[in-house]
Amino acid sequence: MNILSLFVLIPLLMLLGLWMSRSLNQVRGVMVAGSGLLLVLAVWLAVAYSGLRSAGADEEMLFTASVTWFAPLHICYSVGVDGISVVMLLLSAVIVFTGTFASWKLKPLTKEYFLWFTLLSTGVFGFFISTDLFTMFMFYEVALIPMYLLIGVWGSGRKEYSAMKLTLMLMGGSAFLLIGILGIYYGAGGETMNILEIVKERIPTEVQRIFFPAVFLGFGVLGALFPFHTWSPDGHASAPTAVSMLHAGVLMKLGGYGCFRVAMYLMPTGAAIWGDFFLVLTTVSVVYGAFSAVVQTDLKYINAYSSVSHCGLVLFALLMMTRVSATGAILQMLSHGLMTALFFALIGMIYGRTHTRDIRQLSGLMKIMPFLSVGYVIAGLANLGLPGLSGFVAEMTVFVGSFERADLFHRACTVIATTSIVITAVYILRVVGRILYGTCRNPEHLKLTDATWDERFAVICLVVAVAGLGLSPWWASSVISASVEPIISQLSQL
Amino acid sequence: MDYTILILALPALSFLLLALAGMKMSHRVAGIVGTLSLAAVTVLSYATACSYFTAGRMEDGLYPTLVPWNFEWLPFTPSLHIDMGILLDPISVLMLVVVSTVSLMVHIYSFGYMKGEKGFQRYYAFLSLFTFAMLGLVVATNIFQMYVFWELVGVSSYLLIGFYYTKPEAIAASKKAFIVTRFADLGFLIGILIYGYYMQTFTFTPSEERLMQAGMVLPWALGLMFVGGAGKSAMFPLHIWLPDAMEGPTPVSALIHAATMVVAGVYLVARMFPLYVDFAPHVLHAVAWVGAFTALYAASVACVQSDIKRVLAFSTISQIGFMMVALGVCTDADPHGGGLGYMAGMFHLFTHAMFKALLFLGAGCIIHAVHSNEMEMMGGLRRYMPVTHITFLVACLAIAGIPPFSGFFSKDEILTACFGFSPAMGWIMTAIAGMTAFYMFRLYYGIFWGKENRELHARHTPHESPLAMTFPLVFLALVTVGAGFIPFGRFVSANGHAYDIHLDWGVAGTSIVVALAAIALATWMYARDRQPVADMLAARFSRLHRAAYRRFYMDEAWLFVTKRVIFRCVSVPVAWFDRHVIDQFMNFLAWGTNAAGESLQPVQNGRIQAYTWWFLSGIIVLTAVLLLF
Repeated sequence: MNILSLFVLIPLLMLLGLWMSRSLNQVRGVMVAGSGLLLVLAVWLAVAYSGLRSAGADEEMLFTASVTWFAPLHICYSVGVDGISVVMLLLSAVIVFTGTFASWKLKPLTKEYFLWFTLLSTGVFGFFISTDLFTMFMFYEVALIPMYLLIGVWGSGRKEYSAMKLTLMLMGGSAFLLIGILGIYYGAGGETMNILEIVKERIPTEVQRIFFPAVFLGFGVLGALFPFHTWSPDGHASAPTAVSMLHAGVLMKLGGYGCFRVAMYLMPTGAAIWGDFFLVLTTVSVVYGAFSAVVQTDLKYINAYSSVSHCGLVLFALLMMTRVSATGAILQMLSHGLMTALFFALIGMIYGRTHTRDIRQLSGLMKIMPFLSVGYVIAGLANLGLPGLSGFVAEMTVFVGSFERADLFHRACTVIATTSIVITAVYILRVVGRILYGTCRNPEHLKLTDATWDERFAVICLVVAVAGLGLSPWWASSVISASVEPIISQLSQL
Repeated sequence: MDYTILILALPALSFLLLALAGMKMSHRVAGIVGTLSLAAVTVLSYATACSYFTAGRMEDGLYPTLVPWNFEWLPFTPSLHIDMGILLDPISVLMLVVVSTVSLMVHIYSFGYMKGEKGFQRYYAFLSLFTFAMLGLVVATNIFQMYVFWELVGVSSYLLIGFYYTKPEAIAASKKAFIVTRFADLGFLIGILIYGYYMQTFTFTPSEERLMQAGMVLPWALGLMFVGGAGKSAMFPLHIWLPDAMEGPTPVSALIHAATMVVAGVYLVARMFPLYVDFAPHVLHAVAWVGAFTALYAASVACVQSDIKRVLAFSTISQIGFMMVALGVCTDADPHGGGLGYMAGMFHLFTHAMFKALLFLGAGCIIHAVHSNEMEMMGGLRRYMPVTHITFLVACLAIAGIPPFSGFFSKDEILTACFGFSPAMGWIMTAIAGMTAFYMFRLYYGIFWGKENRELHARHTPHESPLAMTFPLVFLALVTVGAGFIPFGRFVSANGHAYDIHLDWGVAGTSIVVALAAIALATWMYARDRQPVADMLAARFSRLHRAAYRRFYMDEAWLFVTKRVIFRCVSVPVAWFDRHVIDQFMNFLAWGTNAAGESLQPVQNGRIQAYTWWFLSGIIVLTAVLLLF
């Protein structure tokens, strides 16, 4: 059996295990064992992948396999990974693993919660290993639907509204996506659904002109493309901790990944036609998200708008269409996934104690919960791009790459996007100064306790990942850069 | 030279150790770990300097540029990549000595100053982090490595200014420092990106061919880099963060905000100097005028401040202005031609680091003794604190430019270079040097002479500080006395060739006379118990006095820009727009779908008559359509 199928099989077995579990400890046992196994598998895959590459394997995708599923429409279950998918799988595995610990004490309906959580993970892993458009789309939907229940049932605040809004907007995106996928399928001659084969066909320019925006928008909604980002603040604010982590950390990356792998790779002419239009939108996202974050008062809103800004940078870098900028985009996905997950985990832990996320009501937490506060400062510094943490590596790669486009339009967009590093510092330090420093004004908060062991474990894992990527970026950078190459050469053939 | 890696590795390790395990250590152990690692770094830095300078020059008369370590940290393209490494040349070796010396002194001093403070371990961890970052900055092999460590010194400065994180002023000051310098760093970053794109390298020595093709691009890149340097080095109008940064512990002010980090901008200009002088002379002269204006502005503000650390902060800004002027007035790389300023600027950087650190550490002792920063609470302290008094006086004489103290020699070279550039610049800088002497002696008399604050002394008699604090004072005072006699030009000069310093007695004589006159004026005005002249002047020119005291309202201007313009005119409307326009549109779509459903609902009413009616009308319409077309 193909090794990649394990990424889907393990979550499915976990679902079975969870369904049969009779006690809380069994549920936890299944989750830890399963997500731990996935993490080991992802690390093993990364090592094996680099090994094969350095041994001279020069196919575009490794570990490929294909099983016909529905012959009349050429739908296959085809899998394969390149450097981009490998790092995304690694990211997903880390987030699922730490997310398990971040929801260690979640109540009520713990078993049901983890069932949906695992189903969501199945979709995510399946998406990243697929090379078949239909299979990819199916896993994409599998990842989206559980979100509705996870927010609607276990969320807080206006959870029904947020869950509905998020689901409807993302479903709206999926509708475009489905149309786009069918457009690609028929445009490429209706012979195959496999990305690696479609790319060899030449889709007519007119088809690309129509279907590129459909696919890009469809994925872009999930990647928080302005002006289709408003599901993100409400959705994140209402979602339970681990769901926010998984959503901002991994699910939003499905958007960027899809835009790159499906929209831009398969329809390079479409990308050339529409690139500048979408580039303006993403530039707006980057700055607009950052400015919006400056005045928010809810911790999760701040982080959600910050995600709009940072995910905007992902799409921005992809649309710059140079090898370096695209590498930066993938690094930014990785980095943003890790640090946002860390942020949401910490916000959830703070909220679990203080029962408020309003920064006007929080102060002096450094003295009360030093561990969580230090974690928060580290997450903040990573977010504002401090060297040595992951954000810096990604942002610099993006900016250096974007600067290779020397015409005035691209240059202007790049300079505007770079200003976000200042605004990011403003909103991050504002929050840190407000809630962590100073003296605690609320006597109720003085009785609160610092992180428990499970929370510490989750935070430490993520901090290590963020610092690891920030201190030794060369591995991720070179693996990604090599895999970005075929896609970029496809784009620059025009 | 393989051991140079330890110069970076030791502080990094001690930071990690203190950050991870510091809370488990006692104060004493944490302090010893930090100080010992720094002591080792200092020894290694001195060893590096000795072996580097004694190894002699190469055949072309230059000191070699050594790169004992370099590895590719983050690859972008085959030609563009961020490397991490160590580069040794005269100025980086000089900076190694400066940074490690001051840092070691501050480590020792802090044992006494921070004794019993909560978070002692955290303090030493941050000091180690800062030292690591600063050393990494000075030995950078390429401009991007410099930027990486540039950001790291920025964040360690942020953490140390906000060390007393329960104090609102400290929180605000740390935030301000970080954001203002980040704003300047944006310029730096864009400068680097332009430089990298057009030169196709991040190293300091692009290929001739690229340089020739660059045209107007290179001046732009260098100008933007200077914006970054101006932010870190507190050049007007980006200086506003530095006076507030004095909220941090005083030893931190001595290390970061007087001796090392704030001169990073000067170091940056010096590092890129060959490019500036050959390809962007106009930018270099702009640097000179910015420096001169800053020096003047800061000196005039320093004359009326009452908080002793603020006086020293403005004095620092003013002195960095001198260094920038020195670099900026160069018109050529030949020190005999128009390149004297380069050597003078670096020399002043070196001497200033020593005597300004001394002044701040002395101020720390005084604050320690009277528990206040305000000059009103001081006066007559010379009887109680003899060591502090003498060392402080030495530093004041040095900064005022009185021979044979070190400041005299470096400042004299700067003035000579200025006169060589243009007489106007020469006279302006001489006048500012006079103001320097005046405000420093105003400070000196205010602290050590004048009326004693008996009320305060009755409650708590001031006393001399412990040995851990006085030792660094004495050490730095000795350096300050002797450093002027170092034949600096033999080691550092604009084109790398040895240059013997000659005193130009015309310039030197003038500056000595001006300085002595200013000291005499300060003595007349401030040495007595009462200060009728000063009070009279303050009353007579009350508006000017108040404006200078409020730093000519620069902070208010900045506050206006950030609070009113950025916050209220951009962020608030953007956030409102997001919630009320974009989001409402999405809600409207949902509502529209709902409403459409609602309005069609009556059709499905379950009555057979109605269905039959629709059915028949449908048939009629369809038949009509088919028949007609």
